Amino acid sequence: MSIVRRLGLTFGLPIILLAAWWFASANSTDFFFPPLSEILTALKDEWFGPRLLADVVPSVLRLLAGYAVAVVVAVTLGVVIGTSRTVRATLEPVLEFFRAIPPPVLVPIFLLLFGIGDGMKIIVIAFGCMWPILLNTVEGVRAVDSVLSDTARTYRITGTARLRTLVLPAASPQIYAGLRQGLSVAIILMVISELFAASNGLGFAVVQAQRSFAIAETWAGMLMLGLLGFLLAMLFKLVENRQLAWYHGLRRAQRSS
Amino acid sequence: MLDVRGIKKVYEGKGRTVEAVRDLTFTVDQGEMVCIVGPSGSGKTTLLKIMSGLLDPTAGEVLIEGKKVDGPPPGMAVVFQEYGRSLFPWMTVRENVELPLKQKKLPNARRKELVDESLSAVGLAEAHTAYPWQLSGGMQQRVAIARAVAYEPQVLLMDEPFAAVDAQTRADLEDLIRDIWHRFQVTTLFVTHDIDEAVYLGQRVLILSSSPTVVRQDLAIDLPDERDQLNTRSSPRFAELRAQVYSQIHRPKADAAEPVGAGATAVDGGASGYGAAPDLP
Ligand SMILES: Nc1ncnc2c1ncn2[C@@H]1O[C@H](COP(=O)(O)OP(=O)(O)OP(=O)(O)O)[C@@H](O)[C@H]1O
Ligand SMILES: [Mg+2]
Repeated sequence: MSIVRRLGLTFGLPIILLAAWWFASANSTDFFFPPLSEILTALKDEWFGPRLLADVVPSVLRLLAGYAVAVVVAVTLGVVIGTSRTVRATLEPVLEFFRAIPPPVLVPIFLLLFGIGDGMKIIVIAFGCMWPILLNTVEGVRAVDSVLSDTARTYRITGTARLRTLVLPAASPQIYAGLRQGLSVAIILMVISELFAASNGLGFAVVQAQRSFAIAETWAGMLMLGLLGFLLAMLFKLVENRQLAWYHGLRRAQRSS
Repeated sequence: MLDVRGIKKVYEGKGRTVEAVRDLTFTVDQGEMVCIVGPSGSGKTTLLKIMSGLLDPTAGEVLIEGKKVDGPPPGMAVVFQEYGRSLFPWMTVRENVELPLKQKKLPNARRKELVDESLSAVGLAEAHTAYPWQLSGGMQQRVAIARAVAYEPQVLLMDEPFAAVDAQTRADLEDLIRDIWHRFQVTTLFVTHDIDEAVYLGQRVLILSSSPTVVRQDLAIDLPDERDQLNTRSSPRFAELRAQVYSQIHRPKADAAEPVGAGATAVDGGASGYGAAPDLP
């Protein structure tokens, strides 16, 4: 596929949608549906203006911190659980219980426990987005091919070498699937954690704009969130494509044979 | 060197128990090349897994230089039957071959030497940077063989390693195995379906019965040590030996008690091992 065609496919529909929005809203006098031109001005002046450093950056930093904590904890725990049947049997009911709790309801409790600072928000994000990562890692680790495992054993590859050269790479396609789900959950929780008791952040600023009837700015905040999610997803895909190049190649080879 | 004593393996499944191996006893001397033939499902893979310490036998034991095997012993390399699943797909050919050498903590220069040498030996000098899934089945199996050879094992176990390669490559690889065996004096155990291959390669051929498995015959292959595809395979002695193996495999169980065939040399508790297994029902 040529570059032009790919760019066309990627950006074609968004451009059409934006154009439709632009013309449909151009003459809008409805207070709650301002013209897109106004929204874009607000986006540029506010969200890419003072709010970028004041709100967007703190949000993103908390998001990344929470996500990083979740990745480390969930992958480590997932490897342990996936490797040992006893640990799995012991932990599974507890994990199922925690996983069943919708993360937003934890915010009030975590508020009481950890206060209103950044720490609380990071914990909320980490706690909420670790489940898909954890469960996928467990599955991936359990499904390591038995012949590969036997091969590693006969060459006496054990311990951390086994983890590094066999278990983690073998589980990586599943781990990445979990990481991708975890990332979307993290973005949602980033916003939700800022709706309560916050003094800055994207979620906080959107709600504040709405409460002070800065309607264009509220809409622009939504666009900003969408853009942020899109950007993170693209970055994620970039990393994944590099790390899982072997897996995509393998799949293609298997399909064509 | 290798001492297999009364190995029995019963697989316990849900509502199904399979007696894969009933009673296997044989020895392999240091530096010997022994082929194992037996019908499909006769427990050849099971035997190899037990010998390599991957699987615990239900009864009996395996000794290597007098030491009981419990877990993969050092200095042993295994080439598995499932070639497609025994290479790490996230590593290049080179990394696959080098991995066990890193684990052995060999210095960099020595590793490079061994990898280059073994990959050239299997005719894959050009494929270092390819990934296993970019190769044909036969090439993948050759990478697995190169990895085993580069490891410089004292004992080399191979489970039908040539099942996926074409006749020409197969002949080349057979000679390669003989060559490696000659050069490094590796004690080699070679499992195959193919009677001709067993006779061509081995100093001895162990003929297994179908499951539940016992050793039918331990046959010494008294062909000259210098073998080549054309002359060896067309020699009258080769034909006799292959006929002997063939008739053992295809003989119904009941009359398998006596060694058969005029001119065949069944080893009867000779220097290199135990005799045929006459204790059949
Ligand atoms: N993990 C297992 N669980 C239960 N039964 C098994 C298992 N592995 C092998 N068996 C059974 O043990 C018997 C011997 O199997 P094995 O794979 O050792 O045979 P084989 O001689 O290697 O056959 P082939 O030549 O087809 O590779 C078969 O009946 C098989 O069904
Ligand atoms: Mg087998």
